[in-house]
Amino acid sequence: MSADRLIYMANQIGKFFQSQGHDKAVAGIAEHIRKFWDPRMRKGIFAHLDAGGAGLDPNVREAIETLKKA
Amino acid sequence: MSLIEETDFGTPRSKSETMVTLTIDGQSVTVPEGTSIMRAAMEAGTKIPKLCATDMVDAFGSCRLCLIEIEGRAGTPASCTTPAMDGLVVHTQTERLKKLRKGVMELYISDHPLDCLTCAANGDCELQDMAGAVGLRDVRYGYQGENHVFAEAKGEANAAWMPKDESNPYFTYDPSKCIVCSRCVRACEEVQGTFALTISGRGFDSRVSPSMSESFLGSECVSCGACVQACPTATLTEKSVIEIGQPEHSVVTTCAYCGVGCAFKAEMRGEEVVRMVPYKDGKANRGHSCVKGRFAWGYTTHKERILKPMIRETIAEPWREVSWGEAFGFAAGKLKSIQAKYGRDAIGGITSSRCTNEETYLVQKLVRAGFGNNNVDTCARVCHSPTGYGLATTFGTSAGTQDFDSVEHTDVAMIIGANPASAHPVFASRLKKRLRQGAKLIVIDPRRTEMVDAPHVKALHLPLLPGTNVAVLTAIAHVIVTEGLANEAFVRERCDWSEFEDWAAFVSQPKNSPEATAIMTGVDPKDLREAARLYATGGNGAIYYGLGVTEHSQGSTTVIAIANLAMATGNIGRPGVGVNPLRGQNNVQGSCDMGSFPHELPGYRHISGDAVRESFEALWQVKLNPEPGLRIPNMFDAAIDGSFKGLYVQGEDILQSDPNTSHVVAALSAMECVIVHDLFLNETANYAHVFLPGSTFLEKDGTFTNAERRIQRVRKVMSPRNGLADWEVTIGLGKAMGFDMNYAHPSEIMDEIAALTPTFAGVSFAKLDELGSVQWPCNDKAPEGTPVMHIAGFVRGKGKFVVTEYVATDERTAPRFPLLLTTGRILSQYNVGAQTRRTENVVWHDEDRLEIHPHDAEQRGVRDGDWVRLKSRAGETTLRAEITDRVAPGVVYTTFHHPDTQANVITTEYSDWATNCPEYKVTAVQVSPSNGPSDWQKAYDAQARQSRRIAHVEAAE
Repeated sequence: MSADRLIYMANQIGKFFQSQGHDKAVAGIAEHIRKFWDPRMRKGIFAHLDAGGAGLDPNVREAIETLKKA
Repeated sequence: MSLIEETDFGTPRSKSETMVTLTIDGQSVTVPEGTSIMRAAMEAGTKIPKLCATDMVDAFGSCRLCLIEIEGRAGTPASCTTPAMDGLVVHTQTERLKKLRKGVMELYISDHPLDCLTCAANGDCELQDMAGAVGLRDVRYGYQGENHVFAEAKGEANAAWMPKDESNPYFTYDPSKCIVCSRCVRACEEVQGTFALTISGRGFDSRVSPSMSESFLGSECVSCGACVQACPTATLTEKSVIEIGQPEHSVVTTCAYCGVGCAFKAEMRGEEVVRMVPYKDGKANRGHSCVKGRFAWGYTTHKERILKPMIRETIAEPWREVSWGEAFGFAAGKLKSIQAKYGRDAIGGITSSRCTNEETYLVQKLVRAGFGNNNVDTCARVCHSPTGYGLATTFGTSAGTQDFDSVEHTDVAMIIGANPASAHPVFASRLKKRLRQGAKLIVIDPRRTEMVDAPHVKALHLPLLPGTNVAVLTAIAHVIVTEGLANEAFVRERCDWSEFEDWAAFVSQPKNSPEATAIMTGVDPKDLREAARLYATGGNGAIYYGLGVTEHSQGSTTVIAIANLAMATGNIGRPGVGVNPLRGQNNVQGSCDMGSFPHELPGYRHISGDAVRESFEALWQVKLNPEPGLRIPNMFDAAIDGSFKGLYVQGEDILQSDPNTSHVVAALSAMECVIVHDLFLNETANYAHVFLPGSTFLEKDGTFTNAERRIQRVRKVMSPRNGLADWEVTIGLGKAMGFDMNYAHPSEIMDEIAALTPTFAGVSFAKLDELGSVQWPCNDKAPEGTPVMHIAGFVRGKGKFVVTEYVATDERTAPRFPLLLTTGRILSQYNVGAQTRRTENVVWHDEDRLEIHPHDAEQRGVRDGDWVRLKSRAGETTLRAEITDRVAPGVVYTTFHHPDTQANVITTEYSDWATNCPEYKVTAVQVSPSNGPSDWQKAYDAQARQSRRIAHVEAAE
């Protein structure tokens, strides 16, 4: 799936959690992506992260990193 | 089978808990205080003759037929208007009464045609019954006097005679048969709340008059059918009854239109429907209906229905009719070869919110267990998925909290992004009834909808700019918290206090005040403050909301904001309050309950939960994939990407209903096998390789679950014209793929659902037959279901407040696209119109129109009725303009019922952050004068014509 679309969706999730503070936000974003994204979408965003992760907001980037490690 | 005859008690039920005992005809009767003597007698089994009384409306006391005598009282009072009291001794039949009644009937009949044998109401006429009941044998006055019956009298035209009004497509008004009992007028007022009818004139000149003596079609009449139902004679009669005759048996079933879920009696002759009559015991509709459920069922036998399976290798070819076996084999072969070539996850299915719970359950079962992936989704994705997410997060269940009866206890109703008068008309009528009793109404909507300004209804309207729901609701919360109106006792007891404190601190920030947000929302801060105070302090506050809440980038956030408001004011957990999503389609709630979402199994349990998955694995005898699958928009993206190649769509027209049509076309075109299972060659079928004909709700057994979580039976009244019920089709497709599902009847499917889903544990067809309906959760703890949820505490434990930061949508106006388009529905049409466009309902709405404010129209040189071009970043179409100040300057509005307009060519792919529910409600557009269809419309039409060809095989020599 196109990286732009995945980045947009991930950042959109990030904006909802933004006001909950860093720790809650990172955990919330990671959980949301784990619960609702099909594996090929997660694979796509991980690949984008490996390629530098341009365009991902900081909390979102961190959430995807934790998700990737898990 | 026989005709279900519901008892007419003559006057409505009294809700008093104080009982009184009286004697009627020597029999002791105990009834609630406030019950009429007429009703008390009927409860004891005594039918007092009556004409103007019926229990759907209040007593009126005009026909003078229901007279009685009461010992110790003078005169002969009307039993409909005389309340039962302790110790009364009533006689319903005395010499004096007999004489009076006969005299009254004699007068009625002297001005009534005596064509009983050829009258459409023959066998179903209360006037005829009453003439019989009072023993009328002779009319001493003759029939030649002044009358309303004959067109000519003594060789001259009779001025009192009026011709039949046949303007309404579904019923006729024959003034010559009218006895002016005013039941129709009162039904229109009291039940429907439209006030379209009145009695004009006085005495002998009294006539039923639609509006100011207009035709029914030309009046404000919304064709709900309540007047026809109320009419005791043939004055107002269904055209279908006139054409076919009286029904001989009837079956109770559930309407297949909106999420209100009205119960109807399908009145039949053999396998032919004579009429659909709302069922008094239906707990959602309480005997009322709208034009769609009552009359618009003609699509079920429409000539365009496809009754034979069809296949083709490519969409350039015409369709080829084949046997069911060949169609299943062809489809299964394609799907299996796609999986062999592109992997197990390259196919998926879409369940229908129009089909039954049982059918929906089977489709998700086929996908999860048969296809071996979780790529299953439902049209709820594009309407109420944010409701699921938002309410599960805050309350712990993905459903509305109340039953519809709850509205009878509401003091302040807040409607957000919904127009029940058009989209949930029977609920609107019930709400309006409560408003006429004095409840207050707040409407938050960009348009001045029919709910804002209706007869005897005046709402406090907050006309916000599309896309600013969260800002408005947070501002309301700001007022409630900063003015000290929150119900802290409730919050401390029921909710997580520290989360409340965080939330309260957030909403109290000056940036969230009505004054600070007004620049974005366009809402007058004074009105907003008034609305907030009213909701918080006006008594029982109930929120009803629709797709104007969910279909936004912040749809889920808005649902959460609504839940926050209800918790903060303590408006949860008792009758009259709550958070009530008005569901679009008949079985949106059910399709979500049945595990149609890719991430969760039936009963909203995440697919990654081992214990839950194992319970399904044990019964289905197959290993399930623990990973969530693709949602509908993700399926489209994956198709364009090349990783998703095959789709089974049951009862949804994704091409017409999903946003950004060009994108959907690209996705469908990229797939190798699209299977459409539907009644008609819908728009999606233009890109399909297999067409499996569907069955209508009249042709199958099953259940629907309405917006109140109410599970109701759908009962088969005729054989499926296509040969198979939809559940049988899914089983056939599964079998061809090597996945057997064995059920002899849908009741067995429900038994399996009940066995696997704790909230449905107590549901069975036997219980539904016994109780009529149940609201889930229905299990050992609540064997008869749960009308109101979260009574003692929230399902999730403590209610959860979540901070709702307003994030403006990225779909913004700009010089090239300066207007905001929002979309909605109209009363007479339903969703993509596949059903209603194939009925007479088109007389009310035969094309989508663009509503535009006079100011915006003038700037563009657009006059009312002109063709205009509507263009967004996604695409363009043309339609005709309707100039109106229902929309604010800067906002335009249209419906999406007609494929030749294809409003979704315009809408974009922006979607809710949490659920990918598309943002249908906000699109930046430009409007300009136009000469005719856009190039896109022409190309689309040509493709559709080409694609719908069916090759007719020549007979063998």
